[in-house]
Amino acid sequence: MQIDLRTVSIQPLRNTFDHLARRFGDKPASRYQEASYDIQAAENLHYRPTWAPEQQLYDASITRIVMQDWYALKDPRQYYYNTYTLARARQQDTAEANFEFVDSRGLADRLPDALRNTALAVLVPLRHAAWGANQHNSFICGYGYGAAFTQPCMYQAMDNLGIAQYLSRLGLLLGGTEALEAGKRAWMDGAAWQPLRRYVEDCLVVRDPFELFVAQNLALDGLLYPLIYERIVDDDFSVRGGSAVAMLTRFMTDWFAETRKWVDAVVKVAAAESAQNQAQLSEWTQAWSSRAAAALLPVVELALGAQADEAVCEQLAGLKQRLDKIGITL
Amino acid sequence: MDMKVEKKKLNLKDKYKLLTRDLGWEPSYRSKDEIYPYVKYEGLKVHDWDKWEDPFRLTMDAYWKYQAEKERKFYAIIDAHTQNNGHLNITDARYLTALKIFLQAISPGEYAAHKGFARAGREFAGVGTQVACQMQAIDELRHAQTQIHAMSNYNRYYNGFHAFADARDRIWYTSVARSFFDDSMSAGPFEFMIAIGFSFEYVLTNLLFVPFMSGAAYNGDMATVTFGFSAQSDEARHMTLGLECIKFMLEQDPDNLPIVQAWIDKWFWRGFRVLGLVSTMMDYMLPKRVMSWREAWEIYGVENGGALFRDLARYGIRPPKGWDDAEKAIDHMSHQLMLGLYQWSFGTAFHSWIPSDEDMDWLSAKYPATFDKHYRPRWNHIKKLAAAGTPYKNFGLAKLCQCCQLPIVFTEPDDPTMLCNRETTYKGEKYHFCSDGCQDVFEHEPEKYIQAWLPMPALFQDQQGDIGAWMDWVSLKDGTDNGDYAGSEDQRNFQQWRGLATSNQ
Ligand SMILES: [Fe+2]
Ligand SMILES: [Fe+2]
Ligand SMILES: [Zn+2]
Repeated sequence: MQIDLRTVSIQPLRNTFDHLARRFGDKPASRYQEASYDIQAAENLHYRPTWAPEQQLYDASITRIVMQDWYALKDPRQYYYNTYTLARARQQDTAEANFEFVDSRGLADRLPDALRNTALAVLVPLRHAAWGANQHNSFICGYGYGAAFTQPCMYQAMDNLGIAQYLSRLGLLLGGTEALEAGKRAWMDGAAWQPLRRYVEDCLVVRDPFELFVAQNLALDGLLYPLIYERIVDDDFSVRGGSAVAMLTRFMTDWFAETRKWVDAVVKVAAAESAQNQAQLSEWTQAWSSRAAAALLPVVELALGAQADEAVCEQLAGLKQRLDKIGITL
Repeated sequence: MDMKVEKKKLNLKDKYKLLTRDLGWEPSYRSKDEIYPYVKYEGLKVHDWDKWEDPFRLTMDAYWKYQAEKERKFYAIIDAHTQNNGHLNITDARYLTALKIFLQAISPGEYAAHKGFARAGREFAGVGTQVACQMQAIDELRHAQTQIHAMSNYNRYYNGFHAFADARDRIWYTSVARSFFDDSMSAGPFEFMIAIGFSFEYVLTNLLFVPFMSGAAYNGDMATVTFGFSAQSDEARHMTLGLECIKFMLEQDPDNLPIVQAWIDKWFWRGFRVLGLVSTMMDYMLPKRVMSWREAWEIYGVENGGALFRDLARYGIRPPKGWDDAEKAIDHMSHQLMLGLYQWSFGTAFHSWIPSDEDMDWLSAKYPATFDKHYRPRWNHIKKLAAAGTPYKNFGLAKLCQCCQLPIVFTEPDDPTMLCNRETTYKGEKYHFCSDGCQDVFEHEPEKYIQAWLPMPALFQDQQGDIGAWMDWVSLKDGTDNGDYAGSEDQRNFQQWRGLATSNQ
């Protein structure tokens, strides 16, 4: 028997789950809400971690940031696994087409030698910095509190890995495995890269998830992405006949434009929560962004030479403006 | 320099290496001990992280692409299921009891696994291992979310789903699964991998997902079938990762063997106890049954488990210590636990019921050696009381096992007429256990297990035994969420809605 169930009109007993009705009222919840709010265990945790017995298994007090409700840190993109994955799948389609375009038309081989060498020198070592970013966001996701705050960090970590992989492919395309080897040597021993590597390694021992969020996603990314991908690749390289490189880094440009909205939203809400949070966030941002600017200067010099100082200053000013809007004072 | 000639074709393995483990480096500004503070304290010895074999080679672009395809299909089916009143296609609303337990106890475990793998994805000192863990971290988040989304529409029409987040933290039977996941996450990164990679993925997933998804298909539940199938290729990756991790630990140093063996013993038993809930789903909760718990155990436990341990034998691993006791429990556990769930159904956010005569005939055919002898008489007794208008209710919950947190309802492995109860006195306190396996786990790490949050003392101490206050605290709606299915609102509504759908009114 085939039953046409569509024709039955029945009254639901309730609109949504209790924990969502308590937060948003008795109305149907969005999939983002269902996928994010209160899905982390919050009470009656059974055992203390053997790896840090002074902590709880999920412990809001391992950061100096204090939130009344960690779920206030929502993601303006409303990413849950589905919307995140679909967005990235579309972006990877574009990236794939761009790599294919550059490769099939031999655009990489037609790049002026000097430009190709600069592109390799600036971009390839950044794959290691992107791996560092992956480590930090995986950490924040693992130890941060509340799914609204932590789930986008998992997405960010996977994005960081994706970016490291795109940079590796760019290196392979423009310079083969030798380019990756040279890039790693520069990352390990090249003078221009040591401040940045030290920055990343210092972050690897920061175990306050929110401080790490500021150091990586706000301070470092906030300077690195505009400087490298906008100022150097999109502006400088394109003028010098290297728009093929810009095609290969399109993912990073789009990605930064998107993710910074989330980073801003998180920091803005956390800063608005209390004067203490605001002061702490400002202190961290101040410390990490000035270090990030100093660490990026020699890297920017590889491409811009004497103009590097000015470019970094300009970006620092740009970051200050951005911070003003989210309530952070330097 | 001419790059064009120098470019060599890379094989897949080398290319994947460049795209993952080559991203890492030997730190020099900070020590490895500072960066990876948790890799040594469990006593596992790792000499060369590069020996890690990548269990699968998935770059992020491929991951996004494949997963997006699965996601599109999944949500298309869930949307159609919602729009077309797909819930009326299930065999009977009794079936939903299994889903309610799943959402309250298992889906939160997916989320816990997500968090644990995000941590492991940072704490291990090898890029290959970290990347594999991170992919599992994001997958497990996916599972938690797709399960909530798949069951969201059931929540709008049926009771027992609405407070799953409260139940996860407060109600008694969910702490069986909660304590399992909390136990794994409070362990170090290596033990976590055995707990989840071996116990959750191998022991539990095989025995939970496969029969559970077939049960859903048999009972017309397209929403659940869909999340099950959609998760299958993820789970295949997770099992491979779990196995690779065990092999890696064993290959790195012979001193690792006793440590790994002890974890396998422990986590087999922990997983087996969580399966107690699954056994009741299979034998009692599916209106249309796929196979008995015994049959599922034969296929997914004995056969698959046997193959796994034959594979690991070359490293010196023997089957888990509790294996024989598990085998002896198979023909009893679902009946013993279901009788318990029925008598404590006042305190469950799902319905239970007395099996019909037809159900009991099926059970005696599937359990010829045990059902008629030990369990049919007890169900008949309960049935008589219900018919006389004095239904059997037990408002005092049995002692819970300090380790697995199930009520102490299981019998001695060699004597099904004797309740099995073990006791250990530690620092002047007495602790109770359901089995030798659970007692062993406790005695190995008493400082951990004395911390366990036992839900029943919460009822008797915090709420002074006031059952109404306790129900409010766990968000259990008395009279609609709990009790016998017969006469429940779920039963009435389902019959009425189905009636509307199948008649001309
Ligand atoms: Fe899962
Ligand atoms: Fe899994
Ligand atoms: Zn037990």
